[in-house]
Amino acid sequence: VNKSLLVKYFRTQISQDPDVASAAAAIRSLLEFLKRDQSETLLGLRENLTEAIRRLGEADSSVAVSSGGELFLRFITLTSLEHLDFSQSKNLLVERGELFLNKISLSRNKVAKLCHTFIKDGAKILTHSSSRVVLKVLENAAADKKRFSVYVTESQPDSAGKLMAEKLRRLNIPVTVILDAAVGYIMEKVNLVIVGAEGVVESGGIINKIGTYQLAVCSKAHNKPFYVVAESFKFVRLFPLNQQDVPAQFKYKADILKTAEDLDKEHPMIDYTPPSLITLLFTDLGVLTPSAVSDELIKIYL
Amino acid sequence: MADADETSKQAERNTNVGDGIAVKKQDIARAKNEGKELTKDEKQRLRKEKKQQKKNKKDDKGESEHENVPLPPSQAVVQCQSQKAPSVAPSLALTPVSVCTSEKPAKSKAEQRAERRARQEADRAAKGKKGESAQQPPSGKSKAPPNELQPVVKRLPEHVQVDDPAAVRKLAKKLERQQIPVRSEYGYKVSLFSHLHQYSRKAPLTQQISIPSTVIHPYIVRLGLQYSQGIVAGSNARSIALLHAFQKVIQDYKTPPNEELSRDLVNKLKPYISYLNQCRPLSASMGNAIKYVKKEISNIPCLCKEEEAKKQLLSCIDNYIKEKITLAATTISAYAIEKISNGDVILVYGCSSLVNHILCDAFDKKRKFSVIVVDSRPRLEGREALRRLVKKGICCTYVLISAVSYILPEVSKVFLGAHALLANGYVMSRVGTSQIALVAKAYNVPVLVCCETYKFCERVQTDSFVSNELGNQYT
Repeated sequence: VNKSLLVKYFRTQISQDPDVASAAAAIRSLLEFLKRDQSETLLGLRENLTEAIRRLGEADSSVAVSSGGELFLRFITLTSLEHLDFSQSKNLLVERGELFLNKISLSRNKVAKLCHTFIKDGAKILTHSSSRVVLKVLENAAADKKRFSVYVTESQPDSAGKLMAEKLRRLNIPVTVILDAAVGYIMEKVNLVIVGAEGVVESGGIINKIGTYQLAVCSKAHNKPFYVVAESFKFVRLFPLNQQDVPAQFKYKADILKTAEDLDKEHPMIDYTPPSLITLLFTDLGVLTPSAVSDELIKIYL
Repeated sequence: MADADETSKQAERNTNVGDGIAVKKQDIARAKNEGKELTKDEKQRLRKEKKQQKKNKKDDKGESEHENVPLPPSQAVVQCQSQKAPSVAPSLALTPVSVCTSEKPAKSKAEQRAERRARQEADRAAKGKKGESAQQPPSGKSKAPPNELQPVVKRLPEHVQVDDPAAVRKLAKKLERQQIPVRSEYGYKVSLFSHLHQYSRKAPLTQQISIPSTVIHPYIVRLGLQYSQGIVAGSNARSIALLHAFQKVIQDYKTPPNEELSRDLVNKLKPYISYLNQCRPLSASMGNAIKYVKKEISNIPCLCKEEEAKKQLLSCIDNYIKEKITLAATTISAYAIEKISNGDVILVYGCSSLVNHILCDAFDKKRKFSVIVVDSRPRLEGREALRRLVKKGICCTYVLISAVSYILPEVSKVFLGAHALLANGYVMSRVGTSQIALVAKAYNVPVLVCCETYKFCERVQTDSFVSNELGNQYT
């Protein structure tokens, strides 16, 4: 019973504040769930939380929700719970949860602060689909009185690129929407490529909206820097060897996973970009090269 | 015949020393030739004699130069005549001209021991500088006096440098001290590999030691023969065989009176290790296993009874095999199976026990995949892998390494085993593995290497020439 409430809460969070990262909304819902949880033992609490994370994953099948949930669980339990009293331990867990939530709501600002200095005056930027982190980066750069123009790919099938263009126009940044197929055509004009990420994997590669891999290959062919902006809660413990190796639960939207008969006939929503094509990753842990990602990941997860 | 020559040569050389000492020398020589282990006294006496000779040689330097000239041809004569005991003859010929000096031969035991220790330090430091000084001055000139104690260099595995005469001499001296026969080198050498050992394969090393040998435990002799003939091959198999042999040695060991087990047993193991190294160079995994065993032995408390200590050591070795090899294989295969999906075509090279284990496990867990086994001459180890996989029921294809670029478009993953993993992330494995990896990279096929942690090595190597093991050119 509690679980359906959880999913509803999650969806209301997303609709109320469309600017928040889906993982942040998930973590807020988990925190609420933790506060209202009725279990008497720590083990029961942990099991309920794991089940809740799984349920949220079913509602929104993005990589960020799964990684955010796991990191949340690890963070709050990474404390000594020597207290004999269960309610005291639970209060401590809730405190840690609030701390974690505050940390991640600040992470997007940290990333934007690091990245906007890489945008020079007169730059032409290419980005893919709609990413709130990239939007924040461009916002900061515009606030810094820099003059630049942006090309956004349309990013079918959901035309998310058009939404991104709208938001950028509101910030008075000159923006052009291009076809997904025109990426190779436009590459010679642009100076740098910035994309967001849904998940950052152990090898230093990223999982992002379908079309990112093509963008990365083209920018490598033209020797343009390919930058990725991602918060640290998106680091996930996967190591895909190639496109087929990405688990099916992340590739398709949650409702399609439940109803589809043959997944091979469905269009995947994400693809995997290997670390060899990425120049730098901007995270709230700092500016990292793809090879440094695995070090940071180990630090977070252990 | 050779023995007679040797003793006569010794008699010649001993003319400047007293007759009494000459008799003792003949005793020692006879004892050596009979293969008996020299007692401590005899060893010390031998050392004293050598020091005396060195001192005499140093006194009349001019004559020593003349001495050098007739020695090499006599050495050559001895070698031509017999293949049987070349170890004893050249080493005896070399000692009068070897380098370390000493002032007074008649010293107290403690002073002699201190001197020996100082010489060992100098040797170790000199070995550390071996890489820098490419040309060492030939014998006759003295090196840094042994009284200069240099700081001990951290011991990394010995670097093979056969074209450096000082290194070869050092090795020969060490083997002679431990009474292990030196392996005979092949007559005609390939100049590209002049820095590596090119051993003759005509007679195995065991023909040069008397059997039963009192110096080397029979299980170790058997093990050495198995290594040199290729009966026991493969990194894991060799390590496990070595550890089992060490267990037998420990079981048969009896602490001599006035000795401590923790120190004496380690010293007993040293000649065995040199012998095995001569039969076939030690692998990184064997090196790590030996380090572990030596550490365990030296950690035995001195008040421990012999039976208890032996039991503890045996169980330690059993634990090592269980943890580092058996359980490691289970863990690795649990990780590796996640990467095998249904419909995969997996390429394997040669016969790696770990990779075979992984594939058999995956097959047991009902994964549907097929295997391509790549094989190469001269050992054709892939046939053994093929046998094991087909017995399990896995669908296999067999190709030679020349066809690897032909079948690679069909391959989805490559699984390779490793002999050692170096400190810079490079993988050392059977020759041909790097070729497979390069071709796989060209076809964008992921290459996965499976390696237990006990094979990790602290060396760094960027190419395959600098240090390697040469095979038999005649199979």
